[in-house]
Amino acid sequence: MTTSTLAVRHRLAERGIDRQLLLLVPATVFVVALFVYPFCYGVAVSLQPAQGGALAAYRTFFTDAYQRDTIGTTLAIALPAALFNVLAAVPIAYRMRGRFRGKRLLTAALVVPITLGTVLTAEGLLNFLGPTGWLNRMLLAAGLADRPLTLTHNYWGVFFSLVITGFPFAFLLVLSYLSGIDPSLERAAATLGAGWAQRFFRITLPLLAPGLATTFCLTFVLAFSVFPSAILVGDPSGSTRVISIAAYEAAYVRYDYAAASAAAIVMGAVELMVITVVLGLRSLLYTGSTAGGKG
Amino acid sequence: MRRRIVASPGAWVVWGLVAIFFAVLAGVIGSVVVNSFGVRWFDTWLPRAWTTQWYGQAWHDFTLLPVLTVTLVVCLLVAGISVLVGVPAAYVLARRRFPGSRLMYLLFLLPILMPPITYGIPLATVLYKYGFAGHLSGVVLANLVPSVPFVILTMTPFIEQIDPAIERAARMCGARTRHVFASILAPLLVPGILAASILVVVRTVGMFELTFLTAGPDSQTLVVALFYSMSAAGIRAQQSVDAMAVIYCLMMLILLVAALRFVNPTQLVARVKEDPE
Repeated sequence: MTTSTLAVRHRLAERGIDRQLLLLVPATVFVVALFVYPFCYGVAVSLQPAQGGALAAYRTFFTDAYQRDTIGTTLAIALPAALFNVLAAVPIAYRMRGRFRGKRLLTAALVVPITLGTVLTAEGLLNFLGPTGWLNRMLLAAGLADRPLTLTHNYWGVFFSLVITGFPFAFLLVLSYLSGIDPSLERAAATLGAGWAQRFFRITLPLLAPGLATTFCLTFVLAFSVFPSAILVGDPSGSTRVISIAAYEAAYVRYDYAAASAAAIVMGAVELMVITVVLGLRSLLYTGSTAGGKG
Repeated sequence: MRRRIVASPGAWVVWGLVAIFFAVLAGVIGSVVVNSFGVRWFDTWLPRAWTTQWYGQAWHDFTLLPVLTVTLVVCLLVAGISVLVGVPAAYVLARRRFPGSRLMYLLFLLPILMPPITYGIPLATVLYKYGFAGHLSGVVLANLVPSVPFVILTMTPFIEQIDPAIERAARMCGARTRHVFASILAPLLVPGILAASILVVVRTVGMFELTFLTAGPDSQTLVVALFYSMSAAGIRAQQSVDAMAVIYCLMMLILLVAALRFVNPTQLVARVKEDPE
């Protein structure tokens, strides 16, 4: 090896580049070959429709109300569901900080819905909330309703299935962010005479906000990609015709790959926009250690 | 902090919410389990008679044994490959700062932040073009897309917890990267690797979209087979779909309980010290 290559290697190593970085190669190859390349390929396919100019597939998507409205439908399901899951998780996780008897059991019980899978959730919701299900029987028997409520094969069925699968996930994330906040901060505030509302809104909530933003993003991704439950418990040709159904139909029912890729890319773009907005708001908030003391 | 014996109104509301959630959950799971054992159930509180025949029928009708074998093979391959590929990358990302390291991190984060359908449709098109889709290999490749980044992101905190002084000491004694990995990092990382691979298995068993888009008739996993049998309503008895869903749920539950023995679920995102109040 000549002195000059040695010198170059030395200079690179000073900047943190050396042979150990080769360990990254396999993972990078995988992600590039299976994620970046197909994605670029999809963009290319979407720009080459059978008829019309390069943007014809997108133009069709945005001018056809049946396709365009799927964006609104998806957001109308995903945003409230994600917001509900995060907001419901905060007070429950707040109660469950610290140690108490049965905490492990309760956490484990909340993990169970993750194992249910969409199909069991869908079957269960159809059985339980259906017109002759237990819930409607109870409401009728108690006299709270005079005819069965319609809770399946519409918006609410999908919403409930997103809550059942999304809430435990949001709860686990919020609980772990909350447990990362040093309780002595709140104790200090209590010593200075702050009531619970002041302690929560002026100390815990600001420290928790970045974690809440992350949780919201992850729950939103789950809710946004709703596909099987929108078909099984929803109304897939009407009120719950989400954008993934539109993309799927274009690809596997009409075999129009340009339209399918365009729909998939619109879907990704809309989702990334929401995430960017949320993370942008997050960057306005405190970002630092939540551990207290010498962070 | 003061400990109150009588719960405040706020606490009642919170516990009430939890109770409602569990009640709905019990109703949802219960009605599937009851239906899977019921003979006929229509417009009554409980079925008129009980039977276990649906489980036998589900086993035969859905050719459950091959489906389970496919699910198992796919999961093991995906978990094995993503650990082999992901752990070295996680090591570099946890230990080193280099130009573009943040960009690399973002690259590995993107597949997790994207809905599977979004990249699944172009990916399936590419996999069909090269003849992978429709076979087991296509299903495995598609499932690797979110799994490799998932292993990287879950393993990074595990690796950060290991004191770098141990590695430096080994290097001082002349160990090369290969030796450091084999005799120092691997044994210390076993719990983390087990946790990550079980979680990958859980995710892969439950991963509907990617398998749905790339599977052929003989490479369906359980969740896709379930979807087909349910969306083709009327062909199968609903009770035998329910029986199959119960089998699926039990499988997932066993996996998850195994995973929880190795990892505290709340420690996956943030490193939390269990506070000894």
